[in-house]
Amino acid sequence: MTNALVPLMVLLPLLGAAVALMLGRRQRAQMAVSTLVLAAVAAIAAVLLAQVDASGSGIAVAVGAWPPPFGIVLVVDRLSAIMIIISALMLLGVLVYAVGQGIADQHRETPVSIFHPTYLILSAGVFNAFIAGDLFNLYVGFEILLSASYVLLTLGGTGERIRAGVTYIIVSLVSSLFFLSAIALVYGATGTANIAQLSVRLAELPQDIQLILHLLLLIAFGIKAAVFPLSFWLPDSYPTAPAPVTAVFAGLLTKVGVYAIIRTETVIFPESDLSTLFLVIGGLTLAVGILGALTQADIKRLLSFTLVSHIGYMIFGIGLASIAGLAATIYYVIHHISVQTTLFLTTGLIERFGGSTSITRLGGLRRASPMLAVLFFVPAMNLGGIPPFSGFLGKVGLFVAGADAAGGTPATETLGTSSPGPDWLIWTVVAIGAATSLVTLYALARFWNLAFWRPKAELEGYRSRIIDSVQEAPAGATVVATRTTPVLMLAATASLVALTIALTVFAGPLFELSGRAAENLRDASVYVSIVFPGGVS
Amino acid sequence: MTASLTLVIVAAVLFGTGITVMLERSLTRVLIGFLLVGNGVNLFMFTMAGTPGLAPILGEGVDADAISDPLPQAFVLTAIVINLGITAFMLALIYRSWWLAQLGERGDLIVDEDEMAEDAEETADLYRSSQEDDRAVQAVLEASDEDGGRG
Repeated sequence: MTNALVPLMVLLPLLGAAVALMLGRRQRAQMAVSTLVLAAVAAIAAVLLAQVDASGSGIAVAVGAWPPPFGIVLVVDRLSAIMIIISALMLLGVLVYAVGQGIADQHRETPVSIFHPTYLILSAGVFNAFIAGDLFNLYVGFEILLSASYVLLTLGGTGERIRAGVTYIIVSLVSSLFFLSAIALVYGATGTANIAQLSVRLAELPQDIQLILHLLLLIAFGIKAAVFPLSFWLPDSYPTAPAPVTAVFAGLLTKVGVYAIIRTETVIFPESDLSTLFLVIGGLTLAVGILGALTQADIKRLLSFTLVSHIGYMIFGIGLASIAGLAATIYYVIHHISVQTTLFLTTGLIERFGGSTSITRLGGLRRASPMLAVLFFVPAMNLGGIPPFSGFLGKVGLFVAGADAAGGTPATETLGTSSPGPDWLIWTVVAIGAATSLVTLYALARFWNLAFWRPKAELEGYRSRIIDSVQEAPAGATVVATRTTPVLMLAATASLVALTIALTVFAGPLFELSGRAAENLRDASVYVSIVFPGGVS
Repeated sequence: MTASLTLVIVAAVLFGTGITVMLERSLTRVLIGFLLVGNGVNLFMFTMAGTPGLAPILGEGVDADAISDPLPQAFVLTAIVINLGITAFMLALIYRSWWLAQLGERGDLIVDEDEMAEDAEETADLYRSSQEDDRAVQAVLEASDEDGGRG
């Protein structure tokens, strides 16, 4: 019975997109369809999570009853179910926000009739990527979400968005070519694209061939996840899109890449040992990203840089190659998806209210809108890692896992046969991580001080070294400030802020859940036995 | 597994030329480069099927070892469809970017009077020529009727 629910998570959004497209002229019906579909997916994911968490393994569904490895197989284990729930909730929240904005503005620039179908197709792609049990199906999931994201990013086709979109699209196309070539090579080497079967067959290949295939896949996923040398495209393309679109992209799309990297490390190449590479890349991503954030005057660009930087935490957690590290990474992914999405939504409100997103032109927001101040302050402190928020807990979890791995405490359970990198490297990255957390806090507090605390009257002729040292966004346009903020936008943002607080309040059970999800990833054989209960040839 | 060397060479050439063209600044060339590399990847994936054999339909009396591997073909078909969609989108994007570069944001508001005049002329021409055609056809028909009457 529950097996039938698995494909529904992809089918419902796709059908919903078709229905929404047909209802193009009837906005209210469109909204109802999209909201219902996303709520349904969240509910299905919750049911599935309850089931796989109770059973301790997972569900595998062979599409069209073609037995794996010949047919497409969809796999839900704890990690997939967690990712789908949090994504569906975020997509739902952002949808409500976008609807609120659309009703208020009746936009000329955003043709609403295609927004809903495209948004649902994006969701279908994200969900498909999370449950794909087949490398090629993962590619298809990526392509679905990317094609939808191209449309969403260039909505309205203004000059700025086209310029940003071109960078994004070309980078994504190149990464897709990498991915497809990697699939071709993997298939040529092993004769299968089924992830569970690959986990067995790839291990039989010579080490050097394994390494090439592994790195090719990592480059493809790394571009999507925006890890350091491959992250240059992100801060240039995300900030120009409409606020809800940026929020979804920032929250979800990079995490799909991170998810794919986790799968690559734990299932596809459990034996291959790249911990040192991951630690170095994680440390560099942390440092380079946050230094970029410091020089930005525009809060959207600042947040895009912190987004890149904080991906480094997850890469670090994966690089630890221990159960504790993965558990903390999974918790951090949940935290980061929700906080980053919320912050971008709040930024949309700030832009609407203050007429700009640059610290050089904002002032007196706390007095003007105390509600907005709270909605920004809470997730900002959360992202900066102030106790007791989930950002703090996630980072502490990662650092403790790092200390355990470096100290070589007997309690450390490593994944498969992989070993963590050298001790000094782990300590260095932990130090960089702590520093990054402080600098994030500094960058956000600076924005808070200038935009919220500084009285509006001081805005004229304000001089400070901070203002001198920051860069404006290229072609940073000011928008017309509107005093009326639709209730729906505020309500959506407020409920997402409440969700981020809930992640803190229920941190105990959530951490245990991520621990159990990481436990499933301890050994590739767990995943393999989900797909092939009777063993694999 | 033996694969066709020709296909591998063709794929390599497509990769090489595609990447070279992709490095140009013009968007159209980037698209052309993407198409070349995309086809290179598709061919490359196709060669992964190994030695070509019979059509992959397992009926009675067909040796399972004698047929081609159908999976890479399915992959390539999917990839071709995805490439087609993305190409269409890229073309629209390139056209839009050209439009913005030529006319700027105000380009959307320009009413193209010349084009309207041209359109009107074309319609008139079409109408005139079709009337002439009708007349010519009519004349031929009448002529043939007369012929038929005589024969």
